Amino acid sequence: MTAAAPGPRTNMGQPVPRYDAAAKVTGRATYASDMPLDNPAYAFLVTSAIAKGRIDRFDLDDAKRVRGVIDIVTHENAPKLKESKLYSNGGYAGTTIQPLKSAEIAHDGQIIAVVVAESYEAAREAANRVKVSYSAAAPTATFDSPGTTTAAAKGQNSQFKEDPKVGDFAKAFDAAEVKLTASYETPTQHHNPLELFTTSCTWMGDNLVIYEGSQYVHGLKHGVAEQLGIDADKVRVVNPYVGGGFGSRGSMTPRTAIIAAMARRLNRPIKLVPTRDQGFTITTHRAETRHEIKLGASRDGRLVALRHEGAEVSSRPDAYCVGGTKTTTRLYACPNVDSLVSIVRADRNTPGFMRSPPEVPYLFALESALDELAVKLNMDPVELRRINDATRDPIDGKPYTSRSLMACFDEAAKAFGWSQRSPQPKSISDGDWLIGYGCAATCYPTLAGPSAARVRLQRDGRTRVEIAGHEIGTGAYTVIAQTAAERLGVPLEKVAVFMGDSDLPPAPVAGGSNSTASTCSAVMMVCDQIRQRLFKALMPSDSLADKAKETVGISPAPSTQAAKSDRSLDIEKAFDALGVGVVEEYGEWKPEGAPLDSFRAMHSGQVRLVGGHQMKDQIAYAFGAEFVEVRINRFTHEIRCPRLVGAFAGGRIMNPRTARSQLMGGLIWGMSSALLEATEIDERNARYVNDNLADYLVPVNADVPGVEVILLSEEDDRINPVGVKGLGELGNVGTNAAICNAIYHATGQRIRKLPVRLEDIEL
Amino acid sequence: MRPFSYQRASDPDMAVQALGVAAAANNPLTKAAAQPLAGGTTLIDLMKLDVMRPTAIVDINPLAPAWSAIAPGGDGLRLGALAKMSDVAAHAEIQRSYPVIADSLKLAASAQLRNMATLGGNVMQRTRCNYFRDVSYENCNKRNPGSGCAAMDGVNRMHAVLGTSDQCIATYPGDFAQALIALDAMVEITGKAGTRSMPFAQLHRAPGSTPDIETALQPGELISAFSISGRWPRSVYLKARDRQSYEFALSSAAIALDVQDGAIRDARVALGGVATVPWRAREAEALLKGQRFDEALAQRVADAAFADARGRRHNSFKIALGKRIVARALQQAVTMEI
Ligand SMILES: Cc1cc2nc3c(=O)[nH]c(=O)nc-3n(C[C@H](O)[C@H](O)[C@H](O)COP(=O)(O)OP(=O)(O)OC[C@H]3O[C@@H](n4cnc5c(N)ncnc54)[C@H](O)[C@@H]3O)c2cc1C
Ligand code: SF4
Repeated sequence: MTAAAPGPRTNMGQPVPRYDAAAKVTGRATYASDMPLDNPAYAFLVTSAIAKGRIDRFDLDDAKRVRGVIDIVTHENAPKLKESKLYSNGGYAGTTIQPLKSAEIAHDGQIIAVVVAESYEAAREAANRVKVSYSAAAPTATFDSPGTTTAAAKGQNSQFKEDPKVGDFAKAFDAAEVKLTASYETPTQHHNPLELFTTSCTWMGDNLVIYEGSQYVHGLKHGVAEQLGIDADKVRVVNPYVGGGFGSRGSMTPRTAIIAAMARRLNRPIKLVPTRDQGFTITTHRAETRHEIKLGASRDGRLVALRHEGAEVSSRPDAYCVGGTKTTTRLYACPNVDSLVSIVRADRNTPGFMRSPPEVPYLFALESALDELAVKLNMDPVELRRINDATRDPIDGKPYTSRSLMACFDEAAKAFGWSQRSPQPKSISDGDWLIGYGCAATCYPTLAGPSAARVRLQRDGRTRVEIAGHEIGTGAYTVIAQTAAERLGVPLEKVAVFMGDSDLPPAPVAGGSNSTASTCSAVMMVCDQIRQRLFKALMPSDSLADKAKETVGISPAPSTQAAKSDRSLDIEKAFDALGVGVVEEYGEWKPEGAPLDSFRAMHSGQVRLVGGHQMKDQIAYAFGAEFVEVRINRFTHEIRCPRLVGAFAGGRIMNPRTARSQLMGGLIWGMSSALLEATEIDERNARYVNDNLADYLVPVNADVPGVEVILLSEEDDRINPVGVKGLGELGNVGTNAAICNAIYHATGQRIRKLPVRLEDIEL
Repeated sequence: MRPFSYQRASDPDMAVQALGVAAAANNPLTKAAAQPLAGGTTLIDLMKLDVMRPTAIVDINPLAPAWSAIAPGGDGLRLGALAKMSDVAAHAEIQRSYPVIADSLKLAASAQLRNMATLGGNVMQRTRCNYFRDVSYENCNKRNPGSGCAAMDGVNRMHAVLGTSDQCIATYPGDFAQALIALDAMVEITGKAGTRSMPFAQLHRAPGSTPDIETALQPGELISAFSISGRWPRSVYLKARDRQSYEFALSSAAIALDVQDGAIRDARVALGGVATVPWRAREAEALLKGQRFDEALAQRVADAAFADARGRRHNSFKIALGKRIVARALQQAVTMEI
């Protein structure tokens, strides 16, 4: 076993290498824009240079003269598209701002024209030659800009139903022995997956095929069909690999239906490859947020009052919000809790999911505040969390299905060497560098959604699994293959998995860290259907069940236990008894507590995720603890993070290698989010300034010399059949606060606004 | 990007000729119709962004055999304009006798870029001002003379505090040029009339009222080499940046000292990341000459270096940062083992 492939502990699968590793490192993996098209035309976008106002006029003469230009569409001649509602209101779209509909401009970088040409180069050149005259109005950029409107999220966002509250916060806070009030801020961020936001659309008669990196092929299929006004069965979305999503490809963006409609009009496939900077405005982003936390505690550290107020920026038409108070009000035992989330409207595109959408900004605030409270109490921050560890949801009183928060703190603290830390700020240094240690809790709700799957088993053990899941780099192919191999007792090499195609049985969006739980539960169920068929064919009567178990080594009862049994299925014997060469089963699985319309929704590209705090009589979260070392140069004030240590408990770990890699990526991103990542907005014109990867900084290797991931053993059979808690979004939640807490330890300076930059350090 | 013709230079005369022919329009160099192509890591970038729109590219890489010297000798150093950043940074004698050069190159860009990029192209790289690089902004005096400056009251954290004008505050982003200007390098220029040399310090032009004119080079002229006299083993390049590698300087200092018996005989202080052009802090140097080093002196030198600095909304921090960098770099240079 190596660091990359940790030896499995109890309730963990094997750290097998990625199913798609060789294809990816040799460049054979085909991403959406690699798909061969027959005689494609190439599209290039023209995007708005103002954030608010009107287009007065286009001058296209110069552009049209470029050799190879086929068509230029603007709002004056664009194909008419139907509107799609926001995904959270029963639609599919990530924004209801539909470009090319009128001369109005609603945000910076809105698509205002599309050039189609015989080559990418010609399309780009012509796009550069499009001249636009605007009547610009003064836009509202963000918080504090003139012209914002602010209102409570409750009542305007259908997914934010209630501000969690319990007890009497005001009274308890008033009476608290120790009090803290602090405000925090997080910036706009962009996902910047390496794969650009391409789309390719090709029609065969009435049938449309879309090649596009998507985290939800069934959602995109139905969304585009709705916008084009055609039957969803005529649309197919294909993407065997997705070059990073991080939430940016979870909901439909306007580009796809536009390109599809243009391809239809032209009767020719069209391939669109937008630029990196266009990616900043034609998709979604993480909105900037502000927070005020009030904590009241007894002198021995028990929380008696907690209030979290958050504000988030959204677009004019859409009330998007992440509302992380649903998590921060439930993380610690506290009898008096109050919260409020507001949405601030500005002239911006609608924000959307970005890795751990609610938890990243909201836990940054809470976990920073706890560290501040620990300082006030003169108490170790780990002990403060121990004192306030909860076994029940403090709002609704429901028990956690399992909760290993403190076990994670203890393992991570040990690996990190926390006990050697002197709590005094500015007490450790090494040459030019001041050193600080910090920690924070991390958590993420355990979610799952309805999923279908088809499995086909041949007499020789070759197995084909079909499920419209998504390989966004997490290792989905690998863990699904492992599940089928284990369940059917066939060697892993014999399992082929097909995903990323909306013609396959629907799986949920690859978001909310639900994929492994949902897809593996479905695949496991369908494998069990196969086992049962083989078994039934063998057995003239139930009484022979036990005998059959001995001879073919299968059990009729699908259970997690069976998955752990190393007894292998003698498939050939079973097939001979059955008298066929192939067995194929299709099945639909839904998590307990899923709404009645779950399967109907699943087949119309809508997700019904359940879990987290929304379960009937329990609450399910994955937990972790993150420790960091920061170093701050006395002279340059540069901030570096040489060590990130995280311990995580996520129920069954399907594959310690891919799990570690997810969590490692999360820790690195968390550090990046704390120290580097911010999309700068020019407040005068509400435009993004650093919209490229040279200026929107992400870490390079030299920034992450040491990352350690510890996977804890945890068993939880109350969450889903595979016993899996999502890990994809767990890693990058606590890091933001851990870094600021460490900066405080290094310098004595509390920084409450991300990202922290060298000019923020005063020594 | 727009269509352009592509020619490979067979020899310097041909290159100069090809560049000169298309240059008739009396444009400043930055707008010349023909541009030389070296590593291409700046030029191609700016063409893709539609900032530079040459109609002719003259690839000068075929001149590499004659123009890639890395030649340290008894009386100084000669570096060919087509020498690669990575080769110069890795050269043992450069590391020994000119650490400020080796480090300024090693701490720049990424390994891949350093393998492609040439010294000539490096000193000619253009500002990273976001408003300059985004043609959807009309108002950029450097790109569009007379149109105004979007950065002045915009997002200007990376912008300059020294050498600015009311027309332009764009930072000269490179690192290597600070080493050259500190060491009184000469730049050799090949043009129609053969080669001429001039002090490197005269190559770059502060923006003044013509930010579109960035250097003293004329269309049809090429940098063929750099030369430096003497050895400068007591020299350092200190660079502060947001991440540990692959990032431009927020502030940097190139320091070279000649210390005899504890007294500073000669001192060179150049600043990067803070000025519109490669910046020599001569008043600061004057304070050092003949002195013995101590912290108070370092502080005075640093203050002098930034005496004329003017910050704007987001970049004022560079003044205090720059001073600390100068003081620290001086100390490193004084105490380094040579
Ligand atoms: C993401 C990124 C990060 C970077 N980070 C840094 C950094 O930290 N520090 C740093 O110093 N640099 C940095 N750079 C800039 C990089 O070092 C330069 O792009 C490179 O040195 C340019 O050299 P080149 O040979 O590729 O030039 P080219 O792109 O070929 O040429 C640049 C310009 O100079 C002209 N030119 C080229 N050769 C000559 C010549 N011999 N005579 C006259 N004109 C000539 C060209 O016409 C062109 O206008 C970075 C670049 C990128 C893209
Ligand atoms: S600083 Fe200079 S380059 Fe930047 S916008 Fe102003 S004029 Fe243009």
